[in-house]
Amino acid sequence: MTTATMTNTGVLDLSALSLREANETLQAATEGAFTIVNPGGRHAIACGLEHPVSVTIEGHTGYYCAGMNKNADVTIRGNAGTGLAENIMSGTVRVTGDASQAAGATGHGGLVVIEGNASARCGISMKGVDIVVGGNVGHMSAFMAQAGNLVVLGDAGEDLGDSIYEARLFVRGTVARLGTDCVEKEMRPEHLAFLADILKRAGMDADPRDFRRYGSARTLYHFKIDNAGAY
Amino acid sequence: MCGIVGLFLKDEALFPRLGALMAPMLAEMTERGPDSAGFAIYRDGPPLPTLSCLAAPGFDWDAAAAHLAQATGAPVTVETISDHALLRVGSDLRTARATLIAAFPQVNVLASGEAIEIFKGIGDPMAVARTFGLEGRSGTHGIAHTRMATESAVTTAGSHPFSTGPDTCLVHNGSLSNHFLLRSFLEARGETLQTENDSEVAAAFLSWRMREGDTLDQALAAALKRLDGFYTLTIGTRDGFAVLRDPIACKPAVLAETDQWVAMASEFRAIAPLPGVENARIWEPEPGTIYSWGRDGMRAAA
Repeated sequence: MTTATMTNTGVLDLSALSLREANETLQAATEGAFTIVNPGGRHAIACGLEHPVSVTIEGHTGYYCAGMNKNADVTIRGNAGTGLAENIMSGTVRVTGDASQAAGATGHGGLVVIEGNASARCGISMKGVDIVVGGNVGHMSAFMAQAGNLVVLGDAGEDLGDSIYEARLFVRGTVARLGTDCVEKEMRPEHLAFLADILKRAGMDADPRDFRRYGSARTLYHFKIDNAGAY
Repeated sequence: MCGIVGLFLKDEALFPRLGALMAPMLAEMTERGPDSAGFAIYRDGPPLPTLSCLAAPGFDWDAAAAHLAQATGAPVTVETISDHALLRVGSDLRTARATLIAAFPQVNVLASGEAIEIFKGIGDPMAVARTFGLEGRSGTHGIAHTRMATESAVTTAGSHPFSTGPDTCLVHNGSLSNHFLLRSFLEARGETLQTENDSEVAAAFLSWRMREGDTLDQALAAALKRLDGFYTLTIGTRDGFAVLRDPIACKPAVLAETDQWVAMASEFRAIAPLPGVENARIWEPEPGTIYSWGRDGMRAAA
């Protein structure tokens, strides 16, 4: 990857350019602002970005949009398909509409903002990413979540936080059913302060005091010393 | 992986363009199912009792039609297209279908109904669409499928859609794990299955429930309880269509609606080429929830 500053601010039209051409342009740029038009639900738009560029996608995207994002700021003005911002490392990915399954899956860092609803498995196996959802999340969200924060302004579907490790889950609405080893926990001042900050960064208007916190009961992944005699 | 598309037209002015609107949708789903494809079209215009049939190349359709006409005492006309034939029958469809299969077991009756016509084939989905003239077909609604086979062989008969009864058919993305048991159960109750395909078992299940008096929504509610496995199903009916995803929702689906049409697809990109899509209401159907449309508008039931 070249270290020279490369600015290619402009409009990339996916009805004229191939996806690979558009992604290569975005990946090569080290700064600047781009707009992608006519995304047409294509897969893997604006994935693998490593530099602090700004990308606005005008329309709906397909699978794995902004996957593996690092440093870049990607906004989708529409809906996103399966695997939005999968394995995000840093930067921000925002969707003004809804996101399909597995949004923010395995994300290590950065911020994912979904202004509408996210469907099933939002934040599955998240490893440090912060995810803020303006609407609801579907079933099995934060499954096996290891680190990071999932903030849901609406309701959560069944089996929230199943087999969770050390991620924190904040839900303002109802939780249909907690997953195995996921329990409600007290809201302490540091949690209220964290929520106030992340809600502000996400551009969401909500009172931190309206949220409940959920996390791991830590009975699944710690070795029980009582079982030592079994070996 | 398979691809599904469905298009239900509300605006009569679009009826002549049904096939032309569906072809790009099907093309967009080629990557999801490049081994075979099929489509069901619900014709507009007056009812025309029809058996959509498939047989090996060289089959004597005129002889079959003559036999059927004699056996049922009603005229039968034939339109052949590639290895398919549309038999326009003057008699009761159920009798005509049973008579044809009894006399010519090598014929696969893909559909029977007054509006439905089904066509399917192996190979590139767009080649299948061209062979059977999808783009030029008019109608009120249609569903189509691109297949990536998992549970059974890649054959024309094993391609979707599968008929589920008069003017009803089904396409499936997913795989069923209890189809062997369910097949025996259904055969014991008089359903005749013509392939080894797991999706045909789902079709036969709905057919059985509706023969027992269920409405489509009731039959789908029963399917939610009895079908074990992964599925996104789209079901075509004489007057509309329905969509159902299993409660785990591993298989994708997107719905979109405007004043002119309702569209369903495995992925949004198949809906993207439709006229007026920029103003469509677009959403992902909830798991384990029945969505259905008819001429009287949307009827969503849980």
